[in-house]
Amino acid sequence: MRAPVRFLAALLIASPLALTGRPRVCEAAPSTASLDTLDATLAKVVKIFGSGGVRNLEGYGTGLLVSPNGHIVTVWSHLLDSGDVSIVLNDGRRYNAKFIKGDPARDLAVLKIEGDNLELPYFDLRDSADASPGTRVLGFSNMFKVATGDEPVSVVHGVVAARARLSARRGAFGAAYEGPVYIVDAVTNNPGAAGGALTTLDGRLVGMIGRELRNTESNTWVNYAVPLTQLREPIAEIIAGRYKPPEPRPDEANLQRFSAIDLGLVMVPDVVYRTPAYVESVVPGSPAAKAGVGTEDLIVFVNDELVQSNRTLKTILGRIESGDTLRLVVRRKEKLVSLELRVPDHRGK
Amino acid sequence: MLRRLGACLFVLAACWPFAITQADEVDAAVRDAERARVATIAKLVPTVVAVFQRSAPAGGSGVLITHDGYALTNFHVAGEDQFFKCGLSDGKLYDAVLVGVDPTGDVALIKLVGRENFPTATWGDSDAVRAGDWVYVLGNPFLLAADFQPTATYGIVSGVHRYQYPANTILEYTDCLQVDASVNPGNSGGPLFNAAGELIGINGRISVAQRGRVNAGAGYAISINQIRNFLGGLRSGRVIDHASLGATVSRDSHGAIIVSQILEESDAFRRGLRVDDEIVSFAGRPIHSVNQFKNVLGIFPEEWKVALVYRREGEKHEIRVRLRSLHAKLEMSEMSAPEDQPQPDRPSRPRPPNRPEPPQGPKGKKDPRRPPRRQRDRAVARRQESDVSEKLKALYKAKPGFANYYFNGIELSRVLHGLDAWGDFYSRPGFQLSGETATGAPFECILSGNFASLQTGGKTYLQQFDQDPQDEPQGSGGLLVALNQLRLLLTQRDKAFGSLVYFGTEPLDGGNEQVDVLESNLGSVDSRWYFSVANGGLVGFDTRLSDDADACEIRFREIGAFEGLHFPSEIVVRHGDREYAIFRVLHLKERK
Repeated sequence: MRAPVRFLAALLIASPLALTGRPRVCEAAPSTASLDTLDATLAKVVKIFGSGGVRNLEGYGTGLLVSPNGHIVTVWSHLLDSGDVSIVLNDGRRYNAKFIKGDPARDLAVLKIEGDNLELPYFDLRDSADASPGTRVLGFSNMFKVATGDEPVSVVHGVVAARARLSARRGAFGAAYEGPVYIVDAVTNNPGAAGGALTTLDGRLVGMIGRELRNTESNTWVNYAVPLTQLREPIAEIIAGRYKPPEPRPDEANLQRFSAIDLGLVMVPDVVYRTPAYVESVVPGSPAAKAGVGTEDLIVFVNDELVQSNRTLKTILGRIESGDTLRLVVRRKEKLVSLELRVPDHRGK
Repeated sequence: MLRRLGACLFVLAACWPFAITQADEVDAAVRDAERARVATIAKLVPTVVAVFQRSAPAGGSGVLITHDGYALTNFHVAGEDQFFKCGLSDGKLYDAVLVGVDPTGDVALIKLVGRENFPTATWGDSDAVRAGDWVYVLGNPFLLAADFQPTATYGIVSGVHRYQYPANTILEYTDCLQVDASVNPGNSGGPLFNAAGELIGINGRISVAQRGRVNAGAGYAISINQIRNFLGGLRSGRVIDHASLGATVSRDSHGAIIVSQILEESDAFRRGLRVDDEIVSFAGRPIHSVNQFKNVLGIFPEEWKVALVYRREGEKHEIRVRLRSLHAKLEMSEMSAPEDQPQPDRPSRPRPPNRPEPPQGPKGKKDPRRPPRRQRDRAVARRQESDVSEKLKALYKAKPGFANYYFNGIELSRVLHGLDAWGDFYSRPGFQLSGETATGAPFECILSGNFASLQTGGKTYLQQFDQDPQDEPQGSGGLLVALNQLRLLLTQRDKAFGSLVYFGTEPLDGGNEQVDVLESNLGSVDSRWYFSVANGGLVGFDTRLSDDADACEIRFREIGAFEGLHFPSEIVVRHGDREYAIFRVLHLKERK
């Protein structure tokens, strides 16, 4: 019995690999031929040394040359706190660089090496590439400060696993950037790697490697890069001196389209952190009254979402739209009762 | 069980047709590449060793390099054990014994026994490796393989010539290879192969941050070219040391690498190197950073002679310097001293790496590197001893300064065998040599049991052996003492000296000829004897009257036949930076 089970298990493990390992693998591996490309890319990635050097705040990072005149893009981090940073090129040349401007929403900072007509190698942002799940990529970064002086930074290989919105945190703080990112199957986001390059195998820039963050849902470390499409425009504007910080976006979390009273519900006063969502009274003739909500009902679910407290209820009702059908589950005495009510057309009716 | 089987079948049914149809779409080149990888790994698997310590539930990996069972692993995998159990992919567990260790370089050589013809890895050239090259890592991560089938991971080279600082320890990874292939605890000591399946490194270290001791995309392998330099030393059974220039370097404000401090008793100082000289190249490699200097230095064993180019006031000078030992002799022998030796206090005992090394077994088992020997429970040691077969115990001999003195004896007799070709010098009390010098002047040299003398150019030089060894003739570095050392070696071999040990291999005078080196000591006089690796013959020796003096360097340009004996017929004598003399021996007579 054992042997067949093992055999089956082996097949099971093999099968999904056979599925994912489909046509995209046809791209050539970085063979001897592409090592020159790799060397050319390494020359466009710089080591940054700045503020930090205390526990979990490394005093080193990575940056990308994006103009022949020494414009460098990197992640807007504590490294730049002093305004001046030290840049070490692939060939060991050292420069001072100044912080020009940053885009907080994109976690982006642009630096400039002092001096003109530097004729440095650089990533042409117009010649960047898009990637999709399955694209083979290389990650270039100064991770762990392995490289010093004229040593080139480290290169790792991987595959874009997904393109998704970033939902991550550092410690208790949410990530500044919440836009789309490439999730990579290799460990690209190490200490000092932020600001590194994610490229295709033929050396075209795909994105900028982000910080060391953990996924808010799973608590696992996220290896991600911000797509260049998100960064190209602000970088160009900062370099051109035209950059204006974006209008603050309406805060999705604080939306308040409807509140309980709009539906005719008077909830018990919200006195503690998790006040149970008990209905104190129902406005006669209101949608809630029509649906059959009663005094002292405890609202347990709204649209299948668990209502832990008055506060959760407030958040959920804030997001609903006119004309929605709201599915409620309330606890009445010892029974759960399902109710449906229609969200009124206009707020306050 | 049945239910699980049912679930398996269900999922399988879902995947099966898919897998078949998709497989047909895979590009032929991809399938060829896969086949090539599978074939390469299949070829490599038999050479990979799962190493288990006997005294602790810990271990790592290794790789076989000779058919008679020599295998490389990490020093931190060997720990403080002398005997090991080693699993191979044939599913069998073999006994193994420690041969030699390089604590600074984190390398250990062990020898497996119990098989006639072990499979071996092919040596590659780690200097030819470039960032972006594909590599295979084979080994026993997390000590997973109960059947000793190694785990294979695949990745690219992330960087070459990397320098990894010692982490509160003497372990230092210089000139190492950085890879993104998954390297984890238990992979330590295992092989790194290039795409062609050639051995290019020994994996031993990983970078980890806050994520726990697992791979984070940066593993480090000791380059195989470095290990090649140390292999002779490892086979000698010694605790081998790395080298120091006797000088430290730093970066000046212009970015040049300059000498910041130098020991006056170092060979580098005697060859003319001074503070503030700019290091241009070292061992043929240009030096642009302190790390590069350390990288180059780290790949050489002590005593090697290496070319160094420095610049002073715009002018370049090339010298050849003899490297000193990096650590004090006592420091090294502490790592080897057998159980019952009295031990000095060891406040500065090197600590184990507390950071990136991944040597240990799964589930946070006891750190294998550091059960301090003297504090180790003797009962454990005795139990370990009693587990070991008599046959294996015969392959181990403790001696301070050695990991396993037994193997020194093996190598010593192999090398001394090279003297047999010169004929039977045994028990001959002395000789008389005569001939002419390079200038055509006649000379006569007497080597007897009581004195050595040289007559040439109307002068007579004398060294009596009941007097202190002298630099006689002056400026030769002690030619008469040196020639007497040769007489002693030829007539009494190892019985002539206070100690005579096999040291290892090195390129003679930093050139191309590889030699086996013996080191002898008699009173205050040390000699190093050079035997050609190619033909086993003695090609020269250095005799040093004191530790920090330049040696009298004697090289044999030709060997001649003299009445049934062979003896050098052309002898070149050098001292310091210059040639002292050349002697052409025309007659060799035995002296009663």
